[in-house]
Amino acid sequence: MNLTLRVWRQKNRQTPGRFETYQAKEVSPDMSFLEMLDVVNEGLVERGQEPITFDSDCREGICGMCSLVINGVPHGGHRGTATCQLQMRRFNDGQTITVEPWRARAFPILKDLASNRSALDRIIQAGGFISVNTGGAPDGNALPVSKEIADRAMDAAACIGCGACVAVCKNASAMLFVAAKVSHLNLLPQGKAEKDRRVLNMVRQMDAEGFGNCTVTGSCEAVCPKEISLNFIAKMNRDYGLALLKNR
Amino acid sequence: MQHNLDNMKLDAHIPSGPLAAKWDRHRFEMKLVNPANKRKFEVIVVGSGLAGASAAASLAELGYAVKCFCFQDSPRRAHSIAAQGGINAAKNYQNDGDSVYRLFYDTVKGGDFRSREANVYRLAEVSADIIDQCAAQGVPFAREYGGLLANRSFGGAQVSRTFYARGQTGQQLLLGAYQALSRQIGCGAVQMFPRTEMLDVVVIDGQAKGIVARNLVTGEITPHPAEAVVLATGGYANVFFLSTNAKGCNVTATWRAYKKGAVFANPCFTQIHPTCIPVSGEHQSKLTLMSESLRNDGRVWVPKRKEDCGKPPSAILEADRDYYLERKYPSFGNLAPRDISSRAAKEVCDSGRGVGPGGRGVYLDFSEALQRLGERVVRERYGNLFDMYEKITGENAYQAPMRIYPAAHYVMGGLWVDYNVMSNLPGLFVIGEANFSDHGANRLGASALMQGLADGYFILPYTIGNYFASVKPVRASASHPEFKKACQEANAFITRLLSVKGKRTAMSLHRELGKLLWDKCGMARNEAGLKEALKRIPELRAEFWHNVCVPGEGSDLNQSLEYAGRVADFMEFAELLCLDALHRRESCGGHFREEFQTPDGEALRDDENFAYVAGWEYQGPDRPPLMHKEPLVYEEAHLSTRSYK
Repeated sequence: MNLTLRVWRQKNRQTPGRFETYQAKEVSPDMSFLEMLDVVNEGLVERGQEPITFDSDCREGICGMCSLVINGVPHGGHRGTATCQLQMRRFNDGQTITVEPWRARAFPILKDLASNRSALDRIIQAGGFISVNTGGAPDGNALPVSKEIADRAMDAAACIGCGACVAVCKNASAMLFVAAKVSHLNLLPQGKAEKDRRVLNMVRQMDAEGFGNCTVTGSCEAVCPKEISLNFIAKMNRDYGLALLKNR
Repeated sequence: MQHNLDNMKLDAHIPSGPLAAKWDRHRFEMKLVNPANKRKFEVIVVGSGLAGASAAASLAELGYAVKCFCFQDSPRRAHSIAAQGGINAAKNYQNDGDSVYRLFYDTVKGGDFRSREANVYRLAEVSADIIDQCAAQGVPFAREYGGLLANRSFGGAQVSRTFYARGQTGQQLLLGAYQALSRQIGCGAVQMFPRTEMLDVVVIDGQAKGIVARNLVTGEITPHPAEAVVLATGGYANVFFLSTNAKGCNVTATWRAYKKGAVFANPCFTQIHPTCIPVSGEHQSKLTLMSESLRNDGRVWVPKRKEDCGKPPSAILEADRDYYLERKYPSFGNLAPRDISSRAAKEVCDSGRGVGPGGRGVYLDFSEALQRLGERVVRERYGNLFDMYEKITGENAYQAPMRIYPAAHYVMGGLWVDYNVMSNLPGLFVIGEANFSDHGANRLGASALMQGLADGYFILPYTIGNYFASVKPVRASASHPEFKKACQEANAFITRLLSVKGKRTAMSLHRELGKLLWDKCGMARNEAGLKEALKRIPELRAEFWHNVCVPGEGSDLNQSLEYAGRVADFMEFAELLCLDALHRRESCGGHFREEFQTPDGEALRDDENFAYVAGWEYQGPDRPPLMHKEPLVYEEAHLSTRSYK
């Protein structure tokens, strides 16, 4: 396959960016999207040019480090697929592909296609945990958890923190990310004691970071590589409402 | 080959007394730091995987001032996150005969009697606490309908002691540790440095006194003094270029510590994982592991006849299939340990009976399980793995068998540590995959997560206190000449990389190195091949420093530069790996020397001559390293031949 790439290049946060066009030649359909970019980068380096900066690490869809808006859709728009799992057989010979970074006020661009997603870490730091110190935990079976609840908590906990939900949202809202963590922990009996504090603190931090509000378009669910359900946002809103009432 | 031996003693400081009482007794005998004094001690934790994040969180909870560093953009991304299958613990919830002693024994035996007994026993002892801790943190472990924790049996174990969270156990355990760490960051007890890479350990008067690190966004190199340094920087499997490790995994932290005097132990003990998706082409950047839990229900086979290899699997009659693991190892069958399964796959492929491109693959077949259990159950157990397989290969494993092949996955070798997980350099602690101690020559499935969390939650927090209370280290100033020198050296290294301005990319050189090692020092090794590799590596290293092209500058986010630095270290480390493999004239665990095998092709261990840990000490760039031996003494486990027949 031969492809034309339009890639966003930006030296740093202060310098304005622009699209550059590159040709990707003899692309194998068995390559992943990132391997295709690796090959393009190899060519750039050999010609003495600076390669395209992009984040990735595990390359198996679990670490959440890769990003990329591909033809306007975060992670390229295939159900349950992160950019690193996107194989080139999904594209057509001769196609032009536009590649951009995550764009959101809360995710400042660092360079080219890499952005700073530390805002998501700070939301977790505000309350995305259960406050137990190491040692002294009761036996793992002391507190039974029904299979249904454990499974739902796991559905929410599958979030990889990539930020695609923010990148796709017209409001750059982080509601799906926050709702996933709130739901994971609030659903479990172990997380009940801090249920109210958790949701209040995490939502407060989310707002402070400059993420937008949720208008329930559902685009986040559609691009989430782990297919986290929009229902968790409803659950978080309920927990948030109850917490507000109780803490009035 | 002749090796110089000197008198530096690798004293493991194993407490006296009966095996089962050692850790209890040691915990009592270790000195404590007064709670009010803990905040005066600063600890640097490098790495934020299971070991690093659990250690940083636990140390901060105790009151120490902690700085934690990771090269990723967030501590949640460390490669522990990719572990799929599960975590072992001697809970005996299944009433199937498990116990601390059995987990200990299985681990020592699985490690082919090359691990340290006392460490392994302690690991088995604290394993149960890990499950309790993680459940309390909200790790959504799989549950039975009654609400209790579910277990499964996992590679090489005959009891069901593995706890899991779908096929994402590593992710969920890491997020548990990450959340505990985040809580400490949020309350100011841990200072987190993401996108920051450690470039050197600073040693003053023989003690580790801090690190030098580079901010990967600004390129700034800064000194970080502390009373103790903890390396939790994972393994070096990426030396093979293609491995199941994340792209960023590297040997830099442990290698540079080695060059500052830390002893590197058993580097030749590398693990090849039997169930990975086969290589599809030259462009390949990494290999993807399919959890070995698949072997619980999948059956491994190849055609009996070479002529059938090109046929579609459905066209090969049952009678013409060779279920070689079941045939060779009837009592363990498809669950035979990793080293044995990997080698068996290599053997059938070498004999020309491999399937798929290049004949480098074997089938992992679920048709029987699908018939027995139905698609719904199979989907529930392995759905995400089947999906992953389909994404990568475009094939549906519910309809046709998967193709798998072994790939470099984990390393048992690492920096030498004593019973207190401290290296030979006082103040330098090494935990998780980065150290060498618990898995011997082969790690059992679901034991890496156990060891990382054991070290971080339940071992280091005690032993580091004993170091502070007994040695009373004093923090050095950031302007100490040793810190200045280390910063200058790190800067000079970067300038040197940028100024080569050659013609080859670091990736092409890394790929060449990886290929060489995979051929000569991979699943099977022999003297001639290792000697050839030892000749080729310095040539390749010279080529690297003569012809590498690193574009851009040092004062910027420069991924080519970061990567080139890591490759430069792999180029040096590879030599030590081969040297160790050459010196160990026996086969054990993941280290298979073709000259040393039984008539039926099994590993032939040599306990008389090699029941020791080989610890290598750096002697400068132009001199061979010095080898020290830590003899392995087995008081409890009876040295026996590993048999899974």
